[in-house]
Amino acid sequence: MFAHEFVRNALIAGSFVGLACGLVGYFVVLRAQVFAGDALSHVAFTGGLAAAVLGLNILAGVFAATILGGLLMGVLGDKARADDVTIGSLFAWTLGLGVLFLTIFTTQDSAGNGTAGVRVLFGSIFGLSRTDVRNSVVLAVLAGVLLLAIARPLLFASLDNAVAAARGVPVRALGLGFLALLGLVAAQATQAVGALLLLGLLAAPAGAAHRVTARPYRGLLLSAVFSVGSIWIGLTLSYVFPTLPPSSMIIAAAVGIYVLAFAKTGSGGQAARLRLMSDNVA
Amino acid sequence: MPEAAVFQGLSWNPLTDMHQLFAYPFMVNALEAGTIVAVMAGVTGWFMVLRRQTFAGHTLSVIAFPGAAAASLAGLPLAVGYFGFCGFGALALAGIAGSRRSLSAESAAIGSLQALALALGFLFVSLYHGILNGLDSLLFGTFLGITTEQVVVLLAVAGAAVVLVAIAARPLFFASVHPDVARAGGVPVAAMGFGFLLVLGLAVAETSQITGALLVFALLVTPAATAHQLTARPVLGIVLSVALALAVTWLGLALAYFSIYPVGFYVTSLSFGSYVVVRVGRALGRRRQLTARLALEAA
Repeated sequence: MFAHEFVRNALIAGSFVGLACGLVGYFVVLRAQVFAGDALSHVAFTGGLAAAVLGLNILAGVFAATILGGLLMGVLGDKARADDVTIGSLFAWTLGLGVLFLTIFTTQDSAGNGTAGVRVLFGSIFGLSRTDVRNSVVLAVLAGVLLLAIARPLLFASLDNAVAAARGVPVRALGLGFLALLGLVAAQATQAVGALLLLGLLAAPAGAAHRVTARPYRGLLLSAVFSVGSIWIGLTLSYVFPTLPPSSMIIAAAVGIYVLAFAKTGSGGQAARLRLMSDNVA
Repeated sequence: MPEAAVFQGLSWNPLTDMHQLFAYPFMVNALEAGTIVAVMAGVTGWFMVLRRQTFAGHTLSVIAFPGAAAASLAGLPLAVGYFGFCGFGALALAGIAGSRRSLSAESAAIGSLQALALALGFLFVSLYHGILNGLDSLLFGTFLGITTEQVVVLLAVAGAAVVLVAIAARPLFFASVHPDVARAGGVPVAAMGFGFLLVLGLAVAETSQITGALLVFALLVTPAATAHQLTARPVLGIVLSVALALAVTWLGLALAYFSIYPVGFYVTSLSFGSYVVVRVGRALGRRRQLTARLALEAA
């Protein structure tokens, strides 16, 4: 399995993408913002298409669009927390813009070199090049470091916004910064491994970690472990059974872990666990 | 071909332009279909926004994809797949929402469900090997290719959804705003939640097949969100939501007719534009009130 370069590339890039998604996902779930991640992965498509239409660098377009999209959600949302209605409205508009750019793109340039660039958007984990791997590693490490740097105040602000604000934590700036960071991770994951993996790896491993433990740093670690573990399980399954697509298997593994965590901890009690968590932080 | 039915471009004469809009049967069908979807989306969307279930609504509109893929793989009619998966999705989402809501757990669970649905769809498509008919139109819709028969189907499905929501409107509103009080008052809150998601899911699945998931989702969320910004009164809010949905659909269709760009772009841009204008207007109004009060207190 490790003899093939494409498998090695998939494992390395996948592990780092998984790490970033697992770490950021822990806070995404805590702040109930999985929908924002979902929307930002579509913002990435629109950004890439817009850059292709305007003849700009597609990667730059993807990153600029998602980071701006994250900030816009925060600005429009209540208390910079991006509520579901704001995300949904922005989401719908993004899809509409995407259709527009797609129409312009397909009518304007049918055989130019732009088509190759747009393929970047539909990332496939078994089709990564050395450069893709390097980019994924650098960006994942960057996102991880940025997140850990703001982890403590962000945790405080996520659990008790009012008390954190009263204690002088800049909750609004933190909320906006976190959404921009989520945009960065969404752009990186979407163009490397696809929007499907981003959504699944943000939601399921973190959801499982929140069920298993109420202690924040242990939860953060568990979320990253579950996420990277899902990548490995999924890639192995897909390598052994080549008819099964890798992204479907990775998601199946992640959701499997999530269901196991549910079965183990029983239903209910999430509210109590969150309360316990606030006590741990304060 | 009669002379009136020759496309002449925008003449800037409102009467001739209006006449032109209705000259082609496909355009009449599109306007009728748009009107039906807008009314359905305006009403159900208002409750969806009230219940803060936008993410669930989007997930339901995605679930049609694995449904169609599973039906193709099993050799069943597509409708069986759509309805089966949407019903199952509504059941799962209602279970997730549960009786006591924790927003963070709900967010993770809905995200996982949607990812699983997409992963299954992707798996079925790659196992199927064939070309899945109508995937593109499922996403973006073939709005300008709607047949008269489809308009009738749309009318039946959307009409049924609106009637069901209208019958349950009072208890549904109560259960959405004050679940605990409603439960104490004998309203079956959990059953209401499931029923609403089921109606929403089936209506979205059926209308998406014809007009595309993009347009349905856009009309469900944004006009309702704008209406909720403008008024807290339920009846007025629903009327506003429907009126906004109708206005953006008609304007969007007319603009698309006279230009080369797609309907989806115009409809989403118009509705998002109105949402932003209302949000900004309200924020400015609140700030003015605040400064006025401060000035009053200082005086």
